[in-house]
Amino acid sequence: MTGAHRGRPRPRADGDGRPAAHPARLTAGWRQARRVSLHEHLDIHGPLPQPGYRRPGWLADAVAQAGLTGRGGAGFPTGTKLRAVASGRRPAVVVANGMESEPASAKDHALLARAPHLVLDGATLAAQAVGADVIHLCLPRTKPELVDQVRDSIADRQHSGAGDTPIEVQEVPHHYVSSEETSLVRWLNGGEARPSGSLERPFERGVRRRPTLVDNVETLAHIALIARFGPAWFRQAGLPDSPGTMLATVSGAVASPGIYEIAAGTPITDLLACAGAGQDVAAVLIGGYFGTWHELRAVAALPLSAGGLRPVGASPGAGVLVALPEGACGLAETARVLGYLAGQSAGQCGPCVFGLPAIAEDFAQLASGRPNGDVLERLDRRLGVLTGRGACRHPDGAVRLAASALTAFAADARRHASRMPCAAARRGSANGGFLAIPRPWAEGEWE
Amino acid sequence: MSTGLRLHLDFAACRGHGLCADLLPELVELDEWGYPLLRDGAVDPGLLPHARRAVRACPTLALRLLKAPARAQDAATRKAGHR
Repeated sequence: MTGAHRGRPRPRADGDGRPAAHPARLTAGWRQARRVSLHEHLDIHGPLPQPGYRRPGWLADAVAQAGLTGRGGAGFPTGTKLRAVASGRRPAVVVANGMESEPASAKDHALLARAPHLVLDGATLAAQAVGADVIHLCLPRTKPELVDQVRDSIADRQHSGAGDTPIEVQEVPHHYVSSEETSLVRWLNGGEARPSGSLERPFERGVRRRPTLVDNVETLAHIALIARFGPAWFRQAGLPDSPGTMLATVSGAVASPGIYEIAAGTPITDLLACAGAGQDVAAVLIGGYFGTWHELRAVAALPLSAGGLRPVGASPGAGVLVALPEGACGLAETARVLGYLAGQSAGQCGPCVFGLPAIAEDFAQLASGRPNGDVLERLDRRLGVLTGRGACRHPDGAVRLAASALTAFAADARRHASRMPCAAARRGSANGGFLAIPRPWAEGEWE
Repeated sequence: MSTGLRLHLDFAACRGHGLCADLLPELVELDEWGYPLLRDGAVDPGLLPHARRAVRACPTLALRLLKAPARAQDAATRKAGHR
């Protein structure tokens, strides 16, 4: 999906008194293409709780009881991270990660453009909870309008007299791996926005060697609401092992691609229905370009949650779902994405620098139906040796995507490997593409 | 009896010189691009001198011997989760 990712208010619950299946929490008050002002924000959500009246540790406890997990893709328990950073001896730093380098995700952009004060509230609360005296809000350098809007929102808060922790908006080089937390820390320390592969994790020693909390902006927005309404309220939506709501980005073969706020653990088929998917959806990509392909019938009933998808080897990632219709070529789609991911390597680690272009080339041969030698055997061997061999998880993600395509489209892969490509590949229309491939940005600009 | 030590490779530092695979073929193979594939798990006592030699020989200081688990911070995170 490109361009069509302006969010829309999600469907409202029927007025039958039951809890809404998809409550509008983060998306409350969203109007078409307009930012929720500070005044409207306070009207909708109420004032920020004042820290002076609470015991230390209250927020980390509330977040842990709420069961909030990171919404940036890794799904780590947020309360655990808050406590780990707060327990450091030195003053801490908060990094709000709004980089959203995943091409199939647009929810962080939508959240920052529509409801910036939820993110800023959450970052402020997190800073109080971990004892931070500065917040770095990291945004891609490619989005100057968004940067300006967020700076305006920060200025509005300062004019209203809120004694917030200073928030520095940082414009970070935009590569797929630059949103990785060690990339952000390295860049904030004056280096390049490439993963560091350090054995030290940011929560122990990050920005200026201080304990550093790196949280996705949606995660911070949920903290803003948990602080106001409490963990029991948070758990009124979602599943016991996957509570709350989440922002999902749906694209591909659906009538209304966009951002949807759903109860965590909503079945995949329900989310597709929200986005107006027809009967022709044959396969889905779950979790983004580091995610996995599945035949729709194998996963339609599964909840979009870490626990619900684990049995099929999938993960919601940053809440990404892409629908692929009958007749499209999943192998060609995957080949294009692998080519993109190979080009997005930070260029630091041999297995990534050489391995990713190799599997991308194998997939391109497979997709075209004109392979050299036994391409499936070669892919099997190469995919088996790349995982876990990098400073970051970039090779792991590419391998996961490629391997899942060979499983989900197994029959198709065998035919392509035997030089009998599908109709889409023969027509040459396979490269039309349901998965958006961003233009490479400022190759070589990492500082 | 295990040494409690395991090999750790800094992939960003490794340039694929391949000396480690020459000196310690029991635990290190090279992939088709010449980069090391390490066998998991603790280094056996009998191989420890060879492992130390391989570590010293690495021109980019990419190979190290670390106490298992390699990422002590991962253990700290797990602990934090049980508080």
